[in-house]
Amino acid sequence: MIQMQQLRFGYPQSQFRLNIPDLRIKEAEKVAVIGPSGCGKTTLLNLISGILIPNQGTLTSCGIDLKTLNDSQRRAYRIFKIGFVFQEFELIDYLNVHENILLPYFINGTLQLDQNVQDRARELASSMQIDQYFHARIDQISQGERQRVAICRALLPQPQILLADEPTGNLDPANKRLIRDLLIEHAGRTKATLIMVTHDDRLLDQFERTIDIERFHEVVETA
Amino acid sequence: MNGILRLTFRYLAYNRLKTVILILCVSLALLLPVLLQFGVAQFEQDLLARARATPLVAGAKGSRFDLALQSMYFSRAELEPTTMQAVETIQETGHALPIPLSLRFTAQGAPIVGTTLDYFEFRKLVVAEGTSLRRLGDCVIGADIAQKQQLKPGDRLMSDPLNVFDLSGNYPLKMRVVGVLEKADSPDDDAVFVDLKTEWIISGIGHGHQTIDSETSKDLLLKQDGQRVVANAAVPQFNEVTDENLNSFHFHGQAETFPISSIILVPSNEKSEVLLLGIYDAKNATLQLIRPTEIVNELLQMVFRVKQLFDMNTLLVSVSVGMLLSLIFLLSLRLRKRERQTMFQLGCSRSTIWKLQLTEIIFILGTSLIIVLSMAAVFRVYAYQMMRFLFIE
Repeated sequence: MIQMQQLRFGYPQSQFRLNIPDLRIKEAEKVAVIGPSGCGKTTLLNLISGILIPNQGTLTSCGIDLKTLNDSQRRAYRIFKIGFVFQEFELIDYLNVHENILLPYFINGTLQLDQNVQDRARELASSMQIDQYFHARIDQISQGERQRVAICRALLPQPQILLADEPTGNLDPANKRLIRDLLIEHAGRTKATLIMVTHDDRLLDQFERTIDIERFHEVVETA
Repeated sequence: MNGILRLTFRYLAYNRLKTVILILCVSLALLLPVLLQFGVAQFEQDLLARARATPLVAGAKGSRFDLALQSMYFSRAELEPTTMQAVETIQETGHALPIPLSLRFTAQGAPIVGTTLDYFEFRKLVVAEGTSLRRLGDCVIGADIAQKQQLKPGDRLMSDPLNVFDLSGNYPLKMRVVGVLEKADSPDDDAVFVDLKTEWIISGIGHGHQTIDSETSKDLLLKQDGQRVVANAAVPQFNEVTDENLNSFHFHGQAETFPISSIILVPSNEKSEVLLLGIYDAKNATLQLIRPTEIVNELLQMVFRVKQLFDMNTLLVSVSVGMLLSLIFLLSLRLRKRERQTMFQLGCSRSTIWKLQLTEIIFILGTSLIIVLSMAAVFRVYAYQMMRFLFIE
């Protein structure tokens, strides 16, 4: 499903380097990515989502070599294959819960917003137990509910890969487990690959595999 | 609804106070130059049209502006009067039709224009309701004054006293409204037209009173010299001309000495016009003869100079408002950086993100423009009155 070989990536004018000789993540696998701050966890997700392009090596996802795609093809790959969940939820405060879930359909002309999608949004909200807030403003719901709205938004286009960047970072312990379980449950139900970055060792037990990104991290000494 | 429009309207509605303030700022910055542009254009058009329709104006020497503007717009100016003798003199030259104007009084604030029936023909004024002037004491009123004062033929209209404390001065005359003119979109719409003789009665040159003889009116006699009796000031004068007292109205003095304010001249042809200008250009001429178009052009030059100052000011204000708005938009862009980043990560193209921002700006500018144009459309109706108030009255 996702395959990285001899992959090297570094930001311009930065000592940070990510060096991944060989990393494979199977289809529908549930993977936790751990590592200290600044070691490249978010960079790895951005590479998989096609936002960043490797300097060297190959990165294949869903059978596509991402290095061969142009900007619009990478965007299309992101729209149709990837679902993103962020630590800070990144919900739009001027939209209500319903509109936030539908956001990918408002901003991407290639996604068709029809009754089927509307029904699916309602079902997702119901399964996340936020349907009672469907028309509420974002500032009227709790942190845990906000993250559930963000998960609904990520799941609505039915992505093959679900990338979660520390989605439990701002939540209390009960909500941390709840969000993790919801992500695993929904990824399992849709047979999506789940890659979740976390700092919390207590959340790792439900994942099939844990990748410690620190072993791929290098600091390059510059003159 | 299109996604971009939905997001735009939701953002603007969510930040409604900011949106309203921005729209107001842009509207106010645009309002003055747009209104000024409309106003001046309308003023220029109206002024020139009236001036072109008034070939020549004669009057006592003095301010050319006052003479032209009072003769065309019946504005209040203390013009030195001339006499009916001047009208006769022009008539005798055979070069032009003289139309005398006497403009000293008002009725309900509207100017009373004492003139002859030639004026109506010259200005192509048509009586829409009632008849034209028929006898002493009649008046024909413009469409606007009729509407404002709710007057119709058969009603009475009192002239305004020049000075309420001057008991020895002229007395107001109750005039009979016999006709209402069709709307002409000119100063004639706001005027009360009377015959010259009626105007002279208002001024006190002519009057009507009961018949006085030594037998019946001893208390009213000042002196008696044979058949000739001289009445004292106790004789009550009629303040309204009726069919019964019409014959008692009379004038004291010679008609050619009676005052008028100015004379509109309608030359027979171009040659006559040039000859008349030559005659009155002489140093010993008692009257001045002016071409209203020249006066109006001079006035417009003055208006344009004032407008230039406004334009300069507007330019500076617009630049500063533009810079402030740019600053606000830039700060807004910075504040919404994470929102744009999220949209990008969710697959939104950069062009769509910029379209979103642009749609918001276009909406604010567009709404402001609609407000300004709507206000300009309303202002257009009042532009003439406003500019007239500023530059004529």
